[in-house]
Amino acid sequence: MSPDDLDGIAARENASRKPIQIRCCTAAGCLAVGAESVRRELQGVLEQHPLRDQTEVIGVGCMRLCGFGPLVRRDPDGTTFAGVRPADAPAIIAGQGPELTPLDMHQPFFRNQKSVVLANCGIVDPERIESTIAAGGYRGLRDALTLHSPAEIVQFVTRSGLRGRGGAGYPTGVKWSIVAGSTDPNKHVICNADEGDPGAFKDRTILESDPHRVMEGMVIAGYATGARTGYVYVRGEHPLVTDRLQKAIDQAREFGLLGTDILGRGLIFDIEIRVGAGAYVCGEETALIASIEGGRGIPHPRPPYPGKVGLWGAPTLINNVETYANIGAIVENGPDWYSAIGTPTSRGTKVFSVAGRVVRTGLVEVPMGTPLREIVEVMCGGAPKGARIKAVQTGGPAGGFVPEPLLDTPVDYEAMAAIGSIVGSGGMIVLDETTDMVEMARFFMDFCRDESCGKCIPCRTGTVQMHGLLERIGRREGTRADVLRLELLADVVRHTSLCGLGRSAPNPVTSSLRHFRGDYEEKLRGGPKS
Amino acid sequence: MTAERKMRINDVQVKFEEGETVLACARRAGVRIPTLCHFDGLSDIGACRLCLVEVEGSAQLAASCVTRAEPGMVIRCHTTRLAEYRKVILELLLAERNHVCSVCVANGNCELQDLATEHQIDHVRFDYQFPALGVDLSHGQFGVDHNRCILCTRCVRVCDEIEGAHTWDVAGRGGTSRVITDLAQPWGESQTCTSCGKCVELCPTGALFPRGTSVGGLVRDRGRIELAMAHRRHESCHG
Repeated sequence: MSPDDLDGIAARENASRKPIQIRCCTAAGCLAVGAESVRRELQGVLEQHPLRDQTEVIGVGCMRLCGFGPLVRRDPDGTTFAGVRPADAPAIIAGQGPELTPLDMHQPFFRNQKSVVLANCGIVDPERIESTIAAGGYRGLRDALTLHSPAEIVQFVTRSGLRGRGGAGYPTGVKWSIVAGSTDPNKHVICNADEGDPGAFKDRTILESDPHRVMEGMVIAGYATGARTGYVYVRGEHPLVTDRLQKAIDQAREFGLLGTDILGRGLIFDIEIRVGAGAYVCGEETALIASIEGGRGIPHPRPPYPGKVGLWGAPTLINNVETYANIGAIVENGPDWYSAIGTPTSRGTKVFSVAGRVVRTGLVEVPMGTPLREIVEVMCGGAPKGARIKAVQTGGPAGGFVPEPLLDTPVDYEAMAAIGSIVGSGGMIVLDETTDMVEMARFFMDFCRDESCGKCIPCRTGTVQMHGLLERIGRREGTRADVLRLELLADVVRHTSLCGLGRSAPNPVTSSLRHFRGDYEEKLRGGPKS
Repeated sequence: MTAERKMRINDVQVKFEEGETVLACARRAGVRIPTLCHFDGLSDIGACRLCLVEVEGSAQLAASCVTRAEPGMVIRCHTTRLAEYRKVILELLLAERNHVCSVCVANGNCELQDLATEHQIDHVRFDYQFPALGVDLSHGQFGVDHNRCILCTRCVRVCDEIEGAHTWDVAGRGGTSRVITDLAQPWGESQTCTSCGKCVELCPTGALFPRGTSVGGLVRDRGRIELAMAHRRHESCHG
């Protein structure tokens, strides 16, 4: 396949579209509430329907308002229906029916989104590469191979200001230039798809909805750094991701977008899937690498960093799903286009999965710098039944609680760190006034205790002790001395643990103590300090 | 011109060789840094965190066993903060399983006990967990008491790296981690164990012991293993 063939495939695909397209969400959220039977019914009804020659049913990825699934959209006018039942099929195909109330697509939840990563989510069929190519997929790769040198691509990524979307926010361009700068002929590219934070489902959704966008970013990374092999490390609990990604890889090989002569330009790059076995710590890059190598998924001290000594000792570029998903658009539209989005230190957009006590649960992509309040109150509608929001938890077990008065904080790496939380990988859990913060802290500590690999002492035993103290305080048997112990252990575990899991495990405790000390005081034996 | 290979450890000027660790430099300079998982001649894993030191200009503490010395480095090994951290880590270990010295084979010959004494631990601030773990006496010569194990994995590494048998490994995760022989079979049924006893020699506590040893009766003779390791190092340098 030559670079020009992409346009031919797109043209053929667009020409074969029927005038009316009924797009049915088939991402995990909607599938869980019956999207598959809705799709089958739509398909079945259509076969006998007068509109069958002008209409087609397409399975697509996430339409974002996950809490109201199954979602179905009727194009070209874009009328979208929520909570669709199989019985609604005839009315949806006809485009009218008394029982159908379309969603208001001008509400802030949709209107305030800025789509870069999710641009094709809910539009393309993730199981057909032609669908992605027709929507502009792989144009970034084509531009990279035909217009730019590998060094220019690294420059692009650096100038775009893109930072790691796995949570830590390390400048992506720096990582790329370290690997590109190595003269080792054997290099690897890894995509970290081991998303495991409670409440986080954005990487899963991106891969279920638009796997080619992530793969395109990886191939461009291979071109820019000189790596020839790519691995996607997928969480074992996400089988749909593995299925769709494998289909996408097979199709990309068939189309010459992976393999030994990519786009006819002689580029060699291939991608394999590695499925995790259910350990959260394997999202930590050195543990992830150990797991791909076939060893126990336990972290190793850094340095050396994977960019210098990574998979099988070779220089390895390892980025998050969402980071790779930005690359194609950066190459296609240029780094200045990307860096014009967001704030001076945090460029571009960020995808969040919003869940918890909130009216509209789902996926939002907003420019960096958007205030948290805008996301959870304006876009997602705040807490249900008029309850007050108490806090928003960001960053999972490594993150912290942002109390309601601080919700005007912009989503920006530095601003979030300043208030004791992190942007994180993208999980956002809304907590309302009924939430007990001691119980929340205990929940996250239980998670860390269970997921600690056991290698280093402070994380292995410190999380057990902290969990015990939180349980005791929760039972109203704790004392002021227990809170002091909790603070001592938080300090020790944070500063002495080997890897990021242990170092951030105390965050929910320190952040709840900082902002909601009253919740603790009120439970202590002898009552709050008078 | 390359920078001169000199660094400062606790205000002592130390020269070093390329690739040397901070721990090795400190030892040569006569500065004591406590360790548990480290053993000369085995690979270092940075797991026990007792050898953490402060590195000037770095916000993070560094495990000296896995940190390479660099020209101009300024290291502090004995600050009040580090002393407290080490004390807490030791207390956490003492509370994790069952470390009642008075009924232990290693009483008086135990690295954990020595470290507790060195750090003046006279009580433990955390709840004793006392999980009911087993004792495996299926091997003809040796026994393993999981209640005394601190998961330093010296046994795993010496068996893999020096004896070449890889009988030992770790199963489970977090607080439920255990050292296992072969595929978690009884030690006595292990098909790979050569009964060389290196694991028993290197165990810092009373977790691995020769059968028939009574309370406080454990005697260590690490001389022959250290000799084997030194020989191996010599071979790898000159072989």
